[in-house]
Amino acid sequence: MYKVKVYVTLRESVLDPQGTAVKQSLHTMNYQEVQDVRIGKYMELNVEKTDRNIEEVVNELCTRLLANPVIEDYRYEIEECVAQ
Amino acid sequence: MKFAVIVFPGSNCDVDMYHAIKDELGEEVEYVWHDANNLDEFDGILLPGGFSYGDYLRSGAIARFSNVMKEVVKAADAGKPVLGVCNGFQILLESGLLPGAMRRNDSLQFICRTVDLVVENNCTMFTNSLDQGDVIRIPIAHGEGNYYCDDATLQQLRANNQIVFTYKNNPNGSVSDIAGIVNEKGNVLGMMPHPERAVDELLGSADGLKLFQAMVRNWREAHVVNA
Repeated sequence: MYKVKVYVTLRESVLDPQGTAVKQSLHTMNYQEVQDVRIGKYMELNVEKTDRNIEEVVNELCTRLLANPVIEDYRYEIEECVAQ
Repeated sequence: MKFAVIVFPGSNCDVDMYHAIKDELGEEVEYVWHDANNLDEFDGILLPGGFSYGDYLRSGAIARFSNVMKEVVKAADAGKPVLGVCNGFQILLESGLLPGAMRRNDSLQFICRTVDLVVENNCTMFTNSLDQGDVIRIPIAHGEGNYYCDDATLQQLRANNQIVFTYKNNPNGSVSDIAGIVNEKGNVLGMMPHPERAVDELLGSADGLKLFQAMVRNWREAHVVNA
């Protein structure tokens, strides 16, 4: 079994209006040191082992559904865990 | 001409769409549930607005994998007219039938009002009863209508004359003021504004009806002898 953590954010080239609003709010609170805020999604998946390579599977489901490659980037962490 | 209004869990403009076709346009129309696996009997496909699957993950992302979308792709490939409005447009983008993606409105607000749309391309089966440069009044109602595509895609859209409608006053931050685009073949139109909500002067505008009338007239000319 694998525990997969997927992070999806808007691509660098795409303006993130939510992130901009949060950054402005932080500046209003006097945290001028905050340079940039990007808001994204975090997903946790439990994936069973198959004969397919786990990275290949994760990349496939990220590009097909979890992220929209037109506007979003994704990264992931895969952790193998022992079945209880 | 027989229309299908595709209904997903969370669609909420399906009844307006049905009313526009049946009562205002006077054509045949049926609701088709998202798990349908045959659209052969329909001449035109309508994807209505709403919040399919609660907009979970991204607008249209889950609807795009529903059973009926395979049939919608098939209908599009066969050259049948496919019109996606609002959430319907978002589903067409997610499914890859149209290029680009939707972002949150730049104001982060849900915008619900009637806007001026400029007709950029009047050579489509949806708009050839209008003139290029015409300004039509159609309501918008969306929180994620901020159209995005990269520069290369935008050049392509321009080169192929795929930009059908632009906003006269951009309400949401859309790239190049884009409100509606067609595919290269010209039979799949996606637009954020709601033509089905502008089908009677009582509603403030009947400009939307012209799109549906054009679809019917073009279909008749192609399919009915002595039309």
